Amino acid sequence: MKKDSGGSLFRLNIKRLICYIALIALTIICLSPFYMLLINATRAHVDIQKGFSLYPGNYLIKNLINVLDNSTILIVRGMLNSLFVSTTTVVLSVYFSAMTAYAIHAYDFKLRKFAFNFILLIMTIPTQISALGFVKLVTAMNLKDSFIPLIVPAIAAPACFFFMKQYMESSLPLEIVEAARIDGSNEFRTFNRIVMPMMKPALAVQAIFGFVASWNNYFTPSLILTKAEKKTLPLWIAYIRSADFTKFDMGQLYMMIALSIFPVIIIYLVLSKFIVQGVTLGSVKG
Amino acid sequence: MKALNVKKGKHVSYSKWGYIFLIPFFLVYGVFSLIPMISTFYYSFFENYMSGLKMIGPTFVGIDNYIKLLNQGDLLKYTQNTLIMWILGFVPQIAVSLLLAAWFTNIRLKLRCAGFFKTIIYMPNLIMASALSMLFFALFSNNGPINMLLMDSGIIDEPFHFMSSAIGARGLIAMMNFLMWFGNTTILLMAGMMGIDPALFEAAEVDGATSFQIFSKITMPLLKPILTYVMITSLIGGLQMFDIPQILTNGIGGPDRTTMTLIMYLNNHLFNNNYGLAGALSVIIFIITGALSIGVFKSLTGQKGQGDKG
Repeated sequence: MKKDSGGSLFRLNIKRLICYIALIALTIICLSPFYMLLINATRAHVDIQKGFSLYPGNYLIKNLINVLDNSTILIVRGMLNSLFVSTTTVVLSVYFSAMTAYAIHAYDFKLRKFAFNFILLIMTIPTQISALGFVKLVTAMNLKDSFIPLIVPAIAAPACFFFMKQYMESSLPLEIVEAARIDGSNEFRTFNRIVMPMMKPALAVQAIFGFVASWNNYFTPSLILTKAEKKTLPLWIAYIRSADFTKFDMGQLYMMIALSIFPVIIIYLVLSKFIVQGVTLGSVKG
Repeated sequence: MKALNVKKGKHVSYSKWGYIFLIPFFLVYGVFSLIPMISTFYYSFFENYMSGLKMIGPTFVGIDNYIKLLNQGDLLKYTQNTLIMWILGFVPQIAVSLLLAAWFTNIRLKLRCAGFFKTIIYMPNLIMASALSMLFFALFSNNGPINMLLMDSGIIDEPFHFMSSAIGARGLIAMMNFLMWFGNTTILLMAGMMGIDPALFEAAEVDGATSFQIFSKITMPLLKPILTYVMITSLIGGLQMFDIPQILTNGIGGPDRTTMTLIMYLNNHLFNNNYGLAGALSVIIFIITGALSIGVFKSLTGQKGQGDKG
């Protein structure tokens, strides 16, 4: 009996060791591209051409200054544009998705079931398939090179809505809404003052996902924005790719990629607990 | 739901507020999604493109655009490309994710630092796909760090031209897709596995089942709904593959258009102002997406039904 449990313990430890080795290998695979990026962003063009190094160089500040001074590729402007579009997008999508979810969660009306099913249906339709009509509409509205066609559509965000609805089902008792009504609060005020504060955890999770999705978005902005001063970060990345690679200062190139990637990584590392939990909340319940 | 049924009577007078709160969503959806979608479908029946600075059409041509697209053969090739690259990324992704999720949820293994590993493997999911693609392009270029490392360590004598070989370019794209999505899948599958009653595992162990038997006979069947979800969302996402191949190949889909995806094809028609063809292609992508989603969903739920009976 004792001998047997000792044997199985040994086997368990071997298995555990294999797990750790595999996990460490995956961690290295996940982190190495970003490590190489970080290292090369601190090195001068000539050093990068010579070969790869595991240790950072001393060219970080110089590369950064070169990128900031670059008069063709307006990376800082791109960052500010991306920041503006992402922030406004998030505010709109989070607020109005909560409002839509509240309408379906808290009220009983004839088209309730239909509205819910309709939103679920459109959730799986790829946005790209209406791109042609979208570009034509935006052109007709004279909104090319404007941020409005990137921001306003965020009001109708089916995935964000679905997440809010799931959250309300688990954590928004309607008795609270009833109580507010008895206290004489009108419906709009109840939503803003009582429901929204209770939704804070869900709003935070969706704010992070929404921000990142908008920050990383390439397809739609590439159809709408053409002027240099309007371009968002992904469009500059595409511009760099289309430029003559052999003439490019590689130090600057790596620094520009770093500036597009690291803000999100920093936000993620600070808020990773919420994010990893949030991934499962919006999906089907197994 | 329960509270709602009980208080049904009281809610009737408030029902108009349900409609009022739905106005913003449906108004914006109607203007910025529904109208564009309908007009896209509408344009698919017209000959309409820019020839130089001159606009040709729009003239109604029925289903000519569809016939043109289907006869060219490019559509089939690009659909195949898209699916091949999706499968190359998805197969290792689902295999690794199942393994990791099984390890993380295994009570006897009690892995330390699970939170740390989860944080790391999920991270690539939030990275800007276009920037990641640019990074891989730089790292895997002919005189980039990867080739230098491989040559320094004596594995290869000459730089491997990733971007001029179909396997190299497709492999890189699949690898980026894998890297971006396996953490997300792991977390979803973990949630599914943690929802399984632990008593089932204990009973199986008492009966002397091996861990492989437990995995294939208990975990997998009970995981079907979440696997269906993962597979459908991944397939729909895979069909929309754009940022990574577009940036990696500068929109060309090289070498020899082996990495050109459906959405890159659509994007080319949009940029060349071939409105009629772009419209028809959109409709076809819409149909492919819908059909594949239904197909995957049916096959997986169908199997589940049989399993329940037997």
